[in-house]
Amino acid sequence: MPESYVELYFPVFLQVLIAMAVAGGMIGGSYLLGRKVKNRIKDTPYECGITPTGSARGRFSVKFYLVAMLFILFDIEAVFLYPWAVVYRELKLFAFVEMFIFIVLILCGFFYIWKKGALDWSQQERPPEER
Amino acid sequence: MNFLELIWLIPLFPLFGAATMLLVGRKLDPQAASEVAVAPGVEPAAAGSGHEHGHGGGAKFLISLFCPGMVLLSFLLSAAAVFQLSSLPEKTHQVIQFTWLAGQPFHMAGGGMATFAADWGFLLDPLSSVMILVVTGIGFLIHVYSIGYMAHDGGYYRFFGYLNLFVFFMLMLVLANNYALLFVGWEGVGLCSYLLIGFYFHKKSAGDAGKKAFIVNRIGDAGFLMGMLLMLATVGSVRFVDVNQALTSGRFHPEIAGFGVLSAMALLLFIGATGKSAQVPLYVWLPDAMEGPTPVSALIHAATMVTAGVYMVARSNALFALTPETSLIVAVVGAFTAILAASIALVQNDIKRVLAYSTVSQLGFMFMAAGVGAYWVAIFHLFTHAFFKALLFLGSGSVIHAMSGEQDMRGMGGLKDKIPVTFRTMFIGSVAIAGIPGLAGFFSKDEILWQVFSSPLGSKSVYVVGIVTAAMTAFYMWRLMFMTFYGASRADARTQAHVHESPKTMTVPLMTLAAGSVLAGWIGVPKLWSVFPEGFRTFEHWLEPVFEASAARAVAHGVAHHDTSIEWLLMGLSVAIAVAGILTARHLYLIRPGLPDAIRKASGPLYDTLLNKWYVDELYDFLFVNGLSKGGGALLSRFDASVVDGGVNGAGWMTRFTSRVSIWWDTWIIDGGIRLASFLVKCSSYPVRIFQTGYVQSYALVFVAGVAGFLLYFGMR
Amino acid sequence: MSQYYTATDHFVLVPAIMLALFGCAILLFDFWVFPEPKQRKWLLAFLALGEAFAGYGLWQQHTYIAGQGIAELTAFQGSLVVDGFSLFFNWMFIAAASIVALMSYRYLEVEGEHHGEYYSLILLAQCGMYFLASGADLITLFVGLELMALCFYIMVGFLRSDKRSNEAAMKYLLLGGFSSGFLAYGFSLLYGLSGSTKLSEIGVAIARRDPADPVLLLAMVTTTVGLLFKISAVPFHMWAPDAYEGAPTTVTAYLSVGSKAASIAFLLRIFLGPLASARAAWEPLLVFAAIASLTVGNLAAISQHNIKRLLAYSSISHAGYMLLGLVAGNETGIKGVAVYVLVYTFTNLGVFLVIVALRREGLVGDNIDDLAGLMHKSPGYALLMLICLLSLAGIPPTAGFIGKYYIFLSLIQAGRYVLAAAAALYVAVAIYYYFRIVRSMFMSDAEDAGAMETTFGVRVAAALTGLGTLGIGIFPEPFLRFAGQSLIR
Repeated sequence: MPESYVELYFPVFLQVLIAMAVAGGMIGGSYLLGRKVKNRIKDTPYECGITPTGSARGRFSVKFYLVAMLFILFDIEAVFLYPWAVVYRELKLFAFVEMFIFIVLILCGFFYIWKKGALDWSQQERPPEER
Repeated sequence: MNFLELIWLIPLFPLFGAATMLLVGRKLDPQAASEVAVAPGVEPAAAGSGHEHGHGGGAKFLISLFCPGMVLLSFLLSAAAVFQLSSLPEKTHQVIQFTWLAGQPFHMAGGGMATFAADWGFLLDPLSSVMILVVTGIGFLIHVYSIGYMAHDGGYYRFFGYLNLFVFFMLMLVLANNYALLFVGWEGVGLCSYLLIGFYFHKKSAGDAGKKAFIVNRIGDAGFLMGMLLMLATVGSVRFVDVNQALTSGRFHPEIAGFGVLSAMALLLFIGATGKSAQVPLYVWLPDAMEGPTPVSALIHAATMVTAGVYMVARSNALFALTPETSLIVAVVGAFTAILAASIALVQNDIKRVLAYSTVSQLGFMFMAAGVGAYWVAIFHLFTHAFFKALLFLGSGSVIHAMSGEQDMRGMGGLKDKIPVTFRTMFIGSVAIAGIPGLAGFFSKDEILWQVFSSPLGSKSVYVVGIVTAAMTAFYMWRLMFMTFYGASRADARTQAHVHESPKTMTVPLMTLAAGSVLAGWIGVPKLWSVFPEGFRTFEHWLEPVFEASAARAVAHGVAHHDTSIEWLLMGLSVAIAVAGILTARHLYLIRPGLPDAIRKASGPLYDTLLNKWYVDELYDFLFVNGLSKGGGALLSRFDASVVDGGVNGAGWMTRFTSRVSIWWDTWIIDGGIRLASFLVKCSSYPVRIFQTGYVQSYALVFVAGVAGFLLYFGMR
Repeated sequence: MSQYYTATDHFVLVPAIMLALFGCAILLFDFWVFPEPKQRKWLLAFLALGEAFAGYGLWQQHTYIAGQGIAELTAFQGSLVVDGFSLFFNWMFIAAASIVALMSYRYLEVEGEHHGEYYSLILLAQCGMYFLASGADLITLFVGLELMALCFYIMVGFLRSDKRSNEAAMKYLLLGGFSSGFLAYGFSLLYGLSGSTKLSEIGVAIARRDPADPVLLLAMVTTTVGLLFKISAVPFHMWAPDAYEGAPTTVTAYLSVGSKAASIAFLLRIFLGPLASARAAWEPLLVFAAIASLTVGNLAAISQHNIKRLLAYSSISHAGYMLLGLVAGNETGIKGVAVYVLVYTFTNLGVFLVIVALRREGLVGDNIDDLAGLMHKSPGYALLMLICLLSLAGIPPTAGFIGKYYIFLSLIQAGRYVLAAAAALYVAVAIYYYFRIVRSMFMSDAEDAGAMETTFGVRVAAALTGLGTLGIGIFPEPFLRFAGQSLIR
């Protein structure tokens, strides 16, 4: 039985130490052993591929993010359906009702964004005064 | 009809008046549309005499009838209740409406359990009866006076609304049956005082003075609140009756030579009193408060509100009786304030400022009396002072009115025959305050001096201070009289041509108060004058039941015996010194008007020091305003500007350090090609940007510093 | 009903269901049933209906608990609990949300913003608050907190065309997420220490542990940090001035009372529940946070010219007072905190209401000078503001005095005289900046003579807050008894 906190947490400390040592060793090892070549071609993002053009910080339409976020939202909804399907046999009607409510709530949101025009890719920005 | 059960109605009349005025008054008062509150000086010339009833006279008349009427109703009800009280054997009556603040039972600091409750309750006893009669009686007269005085000012309805509100809170203060409810009135009168001082808000000084009054008072209030809470924790109640009973029951031992919890309590309460009653060191607000309209100075800053501290100390007499050390502090502070303020009053040229310092000085006298255990004398002086000081203030208002707003006495003179009523009434007031036998001031002031001399708690040195102050009082009051009313006029021709006696609404209150200044003293004739029957000493006997506790303790101290010849001698001395003061003033300001200048030149820096009020305002400015707000405050606001607004001055070095680290980090990470980290770094990589406003990362920095501090605390523990 | 969803579960959940249901309904009805601008007021009516239904559910819980004479009613295997505490806070949330909604209608019209989302966000945020007040499980509490916080992030940035609003929302979101991270870390450690997410079981586990256990201390510190952030206590207050200033005024009002009250409820649940036995460890932290909040809040407020920013600092200082009640820790202190929060809710809503009422085309109304001469323009609102400011400053007979009184009293009873003295002195400081507003209202001329346009809703809300502030001050007894019942046993 460990006596003090130092003893109790020693393995954790050891693990942290080892992890840091391994990480440091790998970076340091490759730094020491590896050959260092520094020229323009070596520094390009794709050393042996396409020549990069333009800036990496180009701007995307905000709609892209909007759609991406909405996708994630509904994607997660689908993820929830998997565990539900697994335990459905045990929970029976209760699970059905619960999932029904869940989907209805999601649908609420879906109708909202639909009506709001968030899914309408081609539509122009609405003036703020309009509801 | 049992008026005693109706005492809760007394404050409600003025409250009704105030509510009506403040909520719908604007619709009644036609001048409100323009809302120009002019200083009194501008008004006779600008408004003209024929203008007075030019428009909306009817509505104004209604306000003039309604608001003073409400106070009159209160006065009549108070008088009826007090009359009925006098026939009660126990001379005290409590009406409890409902429990206001209640709490769970708790362990008191000294052991034992207590359940604390503060009522919304009213207590009528001899002490509060004196106070309500003063507040409503003098309050009514001043309301009447204001009808004339404020006739030309904008915001007529507002003025009366605030004034009625003040009377309400003042009545709450004196009628409360516990400290918590007293505190309601205490804060309320402070608020009304603030609003009324700043009534002529177009003058910047008026607004500043109001703010100063309120803030200085709040320092005292913090003391009061702490004292009250400490009382709750040790005594277990804040109800006057319970506290008195607990303190006299023998549960607490007198703290004769030591500073215990009772002394702390008494001292904290006294700090509250020094704020409200303008004692050293918190007196600085009262002279500035004279920026308010003159009726306000008379009612709030002379007759009623400023005496609240004296009332509260007298109310707590059982507590102060147990702590003689604190009582001595009270007496010494009172004496010091008295002589300090009187010395300043000697050289002031503004007629209202002289009176303001005089008020501070007289309040010092009251505390002197309270400090030596002569509480009834303190209240007696409060009572007589209310008459003659209100009279003097209203008289000075009438003078200012006549002089088209001139307040500097150097620009007055020779008004004696031009405004005879004002002159005669002020003459009476000045004789009364100087302490000439037969008038109110003599009886109370002489009794104070005698008590200070003879009481076992008193001291001879305090007496000397008192008698010197009395001489100064006679001098500066008569200096005021001679400069204002005698000699040749020093005003310009236009002002002189305009000098006129005030209207009846102003002179009648003056005459009533003058009558009071003559007669009020005759209910407290000295014991020495044995030719007068006991009926002439009603005041002392009336208050006896309230001060039983402290009287008993004073007896325990042992009463020193003095020969009556000493008393006669001292009385003679105080009269002689008053006459001497008057004669000196006459000599300097009437017979040899060149002499004051010569003295001024001869005395040099002393005169300047007095004229500049001992430089106390400057000292406070330096210490608190510049020291604290420009020093400490600036530090914090710089922190505010730097960290909160994003500049990060205080945490600047740390930010620079982290950002340098992060630039270094940046190079490495970008090399590694990790975009997420590069984003994080970008946020903190440009030190210049950090100095701009509102950076969220500097907020996060403070956040992390907080967490680190918390963790460090446990690490270091 | 199955074993997973019993009648009791339903009974406890009804108010939250109502809030969520009406929240969603308003969102959809905005498009389908009431699409015309003229029909907007029906959305407000729906919100009122939602509050009424939630209130009815709450009332049933109230009478059931009182009728059965039981202390609490637990549901969902102890994840939710209905007791005096949760009822007290939930009634307060209903009052706060209703008053905010009443004052919002005209404000939204002036700002030209959408109504539907706004009302539904008010309800959904309140739903989150419901779980904060009734939750007895780390997960429930955390989800409730996030639901509330997410709604507030959106509401703070509700003025889409206003840069300040957007900036405020961004800052609030980033820092809020940051603090949630700390809170979640603390919760995970608490779970690790006890093997349960139930507050009661965590409490038992912690009481058994050595109070100097570093993991316990780490868990406590991170949890404390997360909670202190939510009530905007120093040094985790930095978001408050910016968020308060940038947010639409009505949202600032809701944020300052709703979010703060719910977070205080949350904080009390945690500190008086599972962490009660570690008092010796967290008390110094709270003392520090309280005194620092009083100092920074009161002193920084002095130099502000924007009333919303000033009130943000004032709100920081009030958080300090509330913490002091918890520090005192006795019955009076906890009761004091409950009363303080109640009083603060009404009072602060009153102050914001006047600022909202000032808002009109071309006048933002959040500068101190915008209030100039209010007494001469509309004495009613000026007096309401005066009463509320006096209450914030703790001057009797307004309600604020009652709150401060009990806090001070509890400190004195607990023998913490120094803290009591410091707190009392800061009251004297506070008067300074509150009276700058009073001075502007009473002692200066109106800069423009334009009368205030108000609606019936604003007037009702004004009456409610005014009555609350004065009423609690003069007749505190029923409220005190109510707050007394709310104590956690």
